[in-house]
Amino acid sequence: MPLWLFIFLAALSIISSLGVILQRHPVHSLLALVLTLIVIAVLFIGLGATTVGFLQMIVYAGAIMVLFLFVIWLLNLQSQPLEAGRLALKLIGALGSAALIAELLAFVLHLPAPLGHEHPVAPDYGSIGRLAQGLFSRYLIAFEITSILLLVGVIGGVALARRTAAGGAGGSM
Amino acid sequence: MAPPSYFMGLSAILFCIGVAGVMLRRNVIIIFMSIELMLNAVNLAFVALGRAWGSVDGQAIVFFVMTVAAAEAAVGLGIILAIFRNRATINADEFNLMRW
Amino acid sequence: MAIELLIGAIKAIIVLVMVLQLSAILLWFERKGSALIQDRIGANRAALTGVGRRLGMPNLGFVNTLMADPLKLFTKEDFVPAGADKFLHAMAPFLAMFPVLITFAVVPFGDVLIIGNYHINLQAAHLNVAALYILATIGLGVYGVSLGGWASNNRWALLGGIRATAQMISYELAMGLAIVSMVMTYGTLDLQAMCHAQGGVWFGWLPRWGIFVQPVAFLLLLTAGMAESKRVPFDLPEGESELIAGYFTEYSGGKQAVFMLVDFAEIVLVSALITTFFFGGWQFPWLYPDGFHLPGGAFFALPNLAVAIIGIVSFTVKVVALCWLQILARWTLPRFRYDQLMRLGWKGLLPLALANVVATACVIVVGGV
Repeated sequence: MPLWLFIFLAALSIISSLGVILQRHPVHSLLALVLTLIVIAVLFIGLGATTVGFLQMIVYAGAIMVLFLFVIWLLNLQSQPLEAGRLALKLIGALGSAALIAELLAFVLHLPAPLGHEHPVAPDYGSIGRLAQGLFSRYLIAFEITSILLLVGVIGGVALARRTAAGGAGGSM
Repeated sequence: MAPPSYFMGLSAILFCIGVAGVMLRRNVIIIFMSIELMLNAVNLAFVALGRAWGSVDGQAIVFFVMTVAAAEAAVGLGIILAIFRNRATINADEFNLMRW
Repeated sequence: MAIELLIGAIKAIIVLVMVLQLSAILLWFERKGSALIQDRIGANRAALTGVGRRLGMPNLGFVNTLMADPLKLFTKEDFVPAGADKFLHAMAPFLAMFPVLITFAVVPFGDVLIIGNYHINLQAAHLNVAALYILATIGLGVYGVSLGGWASNNRWALLGGIRATAQMISYELAMGLAIVSMVMTYGTLDLQAMCHAQGGVWFGWLPRWGIFVQPVAFLLLLTAGMAESKRVPFDLPEGESELIAGYFTEYSGGKQAVFMLVDFAEIVLVSALITTFFFGGWQFPWLYPDGFHLPGGAFFALPNLAVAIIGIVSFTVKVVALCWLQILARWTLPRFRYDQLMRLGWKGLLPLALANVVATACVIVVGGV
């Protein structure tokens, strides 16, 4: 991936993720997060992992975030001013994060090869065929357990969000 | 050319922004979104590492992280809905019943 | 390098212009077509200063409506309701438009065009994961609708927006599974390769189009596509007689024009996808890259330019025919009630799509195709 493109996408993702944590209205935060997810998907594609990049767009930006949006509407959240006071905690949080970033960057930017430079990979590196071969051979058990996990997630989500008979009629639109 | 270590640097920055979001915001939904941001930063690191070694393992792990994040988001949002029905608030500071 | 960039840019512009023009023409199609079905005349009052009529020329209803409708919409006052989220209210139509337009980047509208030394693949972007890209962009189309409904600060609009969102994400599943079964049939995610695979004939005369191989997937994609674009009979989110205009109640002027354009662009999109997957895309029966090989054995050689043009024209005719099919369905069928709609999506189309995928897999494994 050319360097100028990477810098542009990195700046975009950092600005939008700052938007996630600093916006007052939850829906604006959510849209900033959707933008971050799409930029990260583009970064995946730039790294050659095209299948995972598009899966990120389909699953994360297209489904999970819509779920968040529905919950924000159900709870009817309004724009809330950022919590006032607790300046000490905010200052410590910001400084701590900045220190963590500085330390991690100092470590990460000077890694030895093969992380230090970009070298070419096979043309079908990110293809769905190779990913499927890996998933169904080395990671087969994890794959099967994940399907059970999704089933449990669906049951749990429905059970938690359902209103009991005593609580009133089921809310449906 | 952008080497994979730059991508890992970006992943570190996004992760720390997510941590700051979890620590600084009190709205439970925004905390949840910051957690999703952290998960995505880690996904980016995995893909960068997979690219550095030319193996498919990075992408397979990202596949599983995405799936687990989807299930976790569904259940977590169900929990938030249940909490909201009980307390009518989602300010994380108000859930202090079990505090000393 | 610069030449390739230029060719790519020209292809992208051609595709964009084709889609936008076809959407605008569809507006007139709809008005006149519905008039035809309902035994009335339809829109014929717009006239270009009436000069033609005074001179005895026929009233060019087509051109007039094509110009008058957008002109009217774009010069209307554009109001934003009080208490609405101004930024999102303004952005929602374009958030809805963007995914629909970029999906056309991977739709192939012709075979290879050879000009001098350049082999131009008549497809705006050659992705080898094109089917996955289509699913991704269709999934992103939810945001414009839902935010449009919510940002209007109007409870009926919000209701329409929520219904539209739930409907779209429900029918995305059936659509995705129909596309998956086509991917399994052709063994590739690349749309241009799928179109190439639909050349040739069976039994010496029947073109190898996808619809003969996967009729169930065709019906699924058609139904799910019409539900995705919120066309009647699935247009309760927009319920013209029930929710005023659903999620775009509070939009007027240019933004409403963009929303309606999204509606028609999605019709074109669904038609283009069905053409690519099931009707051979740009394939003309018995036309091969070097000319016509007719069933009787006759052979007519044709230059590459003629073959490419016949391909483009064939694609356009098929897309327009499918658009007409969708317009026919709109003015024939009554509207689904919302719970019937959701039941159809989850309990009807999804199991059918899954069964289709399983059956396809069985045939592929057993038949050794």
